[in-house]
Amino acid sequence: MSVSMTVNGRERTAVVEPRKTLADFLRQDCALTGTHLGCEHGVCGACTVLVDGQAVRSCLVFAVQGEGHEVTTVEGLTGPDGALTPVQEAFRAEHGLQCGFCTPGFVVSATALLAENPRPTDDEIREGLSGNLCRCTGYQGIVNAVRRACGRADANYSGSMEVPA
Amino acid sequence: MTAVADSPGAAAPSLAGAAGRWMGQSVPRKEDPRLLAGRGRYLDDIVVPGMLHAAFVRSDVARGRIVRVDTEAATALPGVRAVFTAADLNPLVHETWWSMAGKDAVYAPNFCLAEGDVRFVGDPVAIVLADSRYVAEDGVDLVELEVEADDPVLDVDAARSEGATLVHPELASNVASAIPKADVPGLQETFDSAATVVSETFVQHRYLPVPMETRGLLAQWDPFTEELDLWAATQSAHELRAFFSRLLGIPESRVRVRTPDVGGGFGQKVFALRDEWAVVLASKLLGTPVKFVEDRRENLIAASSARDDRMSMDVAVDPDGKFLAFRAELVENVGAYPFAGSGSAAALVGMCLPGPYTVPAIGFSGDAVFTNTTGRAPYRGPFLMETVVPEQIVDVVARRIGMDPLELRRRNVIQSSQLPYQLPTGLVYTGVTPAETLEQAAELIDYEGFRARQAAARADGRYLGIGISLCVEPSAIAFGALSTEGAVLKMEGTGTFNLVLGSSSTGMSVETTMRQVAAEYLGCHIDQITVTQGDTATTPYGAGTQGSRSAVLYGNVTREVSLEVRDKILRIAAHMLEASPDDLDIADGQVAVKGVPQAAVTFEQVATMAYQGTAMLPPDLRAGVEAVTRFTAPMMTFVNACHICTVEVDPDTGQVQMLRYVVSEDCGQMINPKVVEGQVAGGVVQGIGGVLYESFVYDEVGNPLTGSFVDYLLPTAAEVPDIEYGHVESGTSNALNVKGVGEGGAVASPPAVFNAVADALAPLGVELRGTPLGPRQILDALAAAGH
Repeated sequence: MSVSMTVNGRERTAVVEPRKTLADFLRQDCALTGTHLGCEHGVCGACTVLVDGQAVRSCLVFAVQGEGHEVTTVEGLTGPDGALTPVQEAFRAEHGLQCGFCTPGFVVSATALLAENPRPTDDEIREGLSGNLCRCTGYQGIVNAVRRACGRADANYSGSMEVPA
Repeated sequence: MTAVADSPGAAAPSLAGAAGRWMGQSVPRKEDPRLLAGRGRYLDDIVVPGMLHAAFVRSDVARGRIVRVDTEAATALPGVRAVFTAADLNPLVHETWWSMAGKDAVYAPNFCLAEGDVRFVGDPVAIVLADSRYVAEDGVDLVELEVEADDPVLDVDAARSEGATLVHPELASNVASAIPKADVPGLQETFDSAATVVSETFVQHRYLPVPMETRGLLAQWDPFTEELDLWAATQSAHELRAFFSRLLGIPESRVRVRTPDVGGGFGQKVFALRDEWAVVLASKLLGTPVKFVEDRRENLIAASSARDDRMSMDVAVDPDGKFLAFRAELVENVGAYPFAGSGSAAALVGMCLPGPYTVPAIGFSGDAVFTNTTGRAPYRGPFLMETVVPEQIVDVVARRIGMDPLELRRRNVIQSSQLPYQLPTGLVYTGVTPAETLEQAAELIDYEGFRARQAAARADGRYLGIGISLCVEPSAIAFGALSTEGAVLKMEGTGTFNLVLGSSSTGMSVETTMRQVAAEYLGCHIDQITVTQGDTATTPYGAGTQGSRSAVLYGNVTREVSLEVRDKILRIAAHMLEASPDDLDIADGQVAVKGVPQAAVTFEQVATMAYQGTAMLPPDLRAGVEAVTRFTAPMMTFVNACHICTVEVDPDTGQVQMLRYVVSEDCGQMINPKVVEGQVAGGVVQGIGGVLYESFVYDEVGNPLTGSFVDYLLPTAAEVPDIEYGHVESGTSNALNVKGVGEGGAVASPPAVFNAVADALAPLGVELRGTPLGPRQILDALAAAGH
């Protein structure tokens, strides 16, 4: 089947099998490998992308269901010059990633969370991120990153990461 | 390394206890921008021309005879290029031993694919090679596998009994390895005469590493050069290279292993499993590249298991609460095909049993037992029973003799004044601070204040608990193949540096922290240093990132190689400045005469002289600024921590709510405090998950019941509290003054959580005998206590 959608602002058309997932379409047909597959059954959240601004697990959606929609992957958040978004910068400052495999999903989820609720409480942050699994960080740096990204002063306990002057 | 001691130049930077310009700073990670932007490159992101995709036919029976494997329909499917079974691949297997365990260890039989019978659910029976993963899975569905099921061996006690069915008929017994009971003089007498003896048996259930990226590799056999070019999601590129050279029966020089970004390992990705051998052999048979990325179900049921052991322990206590003797018996379920030999951690458990306490006498024995279940691989702190059971039984002792568990630990903990302290097992502790971390953690959590709040809550019918876990564990385990690491450091033509290490980082921030060490000792900015790792063709032999060894091994070798290069820079600069090396200072990539800052040369000028102005160098100075060195670590570098957490247990639902979690740790001089805290936090949450949520369960015929994330529950951000940290930075025996901190979080956390839950339920007469502690188990324990 032929499918067309806008991915990171660019029109993409491909002929795909009906069973191909949106995640595989993004990774294989669009060469956007930042979207990761951690479970392929909709629990881990590593494959989270924005579809028309809403966070969606791309492993649970067929590529053909994306027809006519606007998809943003983690690659689409960053500027062409490599400039990180405030959410990405906050993840870096708070050591919100180690191996980095779950990170694109968390960055997309956190971006969607803050777009909907710019000043979440702690409970709202934890609830908002509970659809993404991380195995390295114990979620400490991730929760702190979201606190930081929304301008809260209690972002961390022992100082964020900065290059010494 | 003698070059440092012989250094003619300015004194090497000294960091005794204090942070340096780079050491001890929470520098942002070099790794992060590309990973945050989705520009990392993991195994599944690599695509090469002509690449085939592999998928496996696996047994869904725990033990049975293979009656028939019919691959005809699968082979005929368009897009399927080949289907191989044991008959095709097993004859290609040469040797299958691991450097870490050695050639002579007892290994399970080395069947690449199941041959004649199957031995656990998930046992690989056939490999399907196809143009896409979709078609490969279609092919798997078309393979007809008929197995005549037999009763599996699942229970470790039945497996050890006389006449038990053998998991591996090729071996004499189901006992994979054993540490026999030793006759320790006076031990029995100590127990016979002690005021109190407490005996308990604790079960630690099976829970798993679960890296977010599953296992994977891309094998490219070149039939013309007869070389294997392998991309692997591994923690140890060099161990894998040696292994696959043995598997194929070719010299190591004809195998290259490269690691892309790796999405976590936690021990599971140190060794290659049998399905990975099949991928390499399939590439060889077909002469084409083959990629395999396991799916999550395979990772949970078929990759590897962890934990799943039981320890009985006796503690003899005098009337003042002083420990007189520990005696323990460990039984480990290592499954059918455990890692690197027997998969047993018993030797370390026995050696380290006294942990943070002065215990005059020790007895230990252990059996590692094969069963028809998934084989054991290392998982973050594989020896953690040395902490889990002693820490849990210490709380039982405290309740039995009516003493607060903090006080009982204070009476028995090793004090700094007792160092060096020799354990009855022969190990000698230096540079550990268990007493200091115990006090720091108790203060951070306001132990006395919590006890008061707990009493008030109990009066209101609420059940709060506090759990302490005090831990001294071996980091940087360095024996045999693990004992050394090498480094190459090259000053480049423009005065920048390339540091080359044998590491294979799977998220441990090696690139960032080693740049910090090098910049500190070279005297330049971290941005002037790049790190190359994870490629056997370009890096010196190393055992990789495992066993909490990166800081100690890579850190110290980086320091040494940096000092060698610094020395050469000083010699060249001294020549250029017509000064003595002793009169020079290095700072910010510049060498200057002390007190005369205008008499200076930059690193770039030094590099130009070293590589282009060689005619102007004096005869005793060779061209270039490059060094190669190798660091050998002591067999163990002990590291310690104290974890204290508080919980509330709802006796109606069995639900446990984590309230606070405090860690006081001593990993020596921290290279990067944020990275240290990140390592601790990750381990702690794996421990919280292990005790409260994660449990890998088989039914009575060995069929796994937890093959997805819907059944195997990982903790999320909603389940874990903010972790609070205290740091003690004491000395160690290595020059960089560091200790490994990768595993400690996962070692100390399970008993802290267990003890907190047990403390909460103690007023109800509940006695807990192990993990997991999900709502079901807690309600059962309450029911057993009459509630």
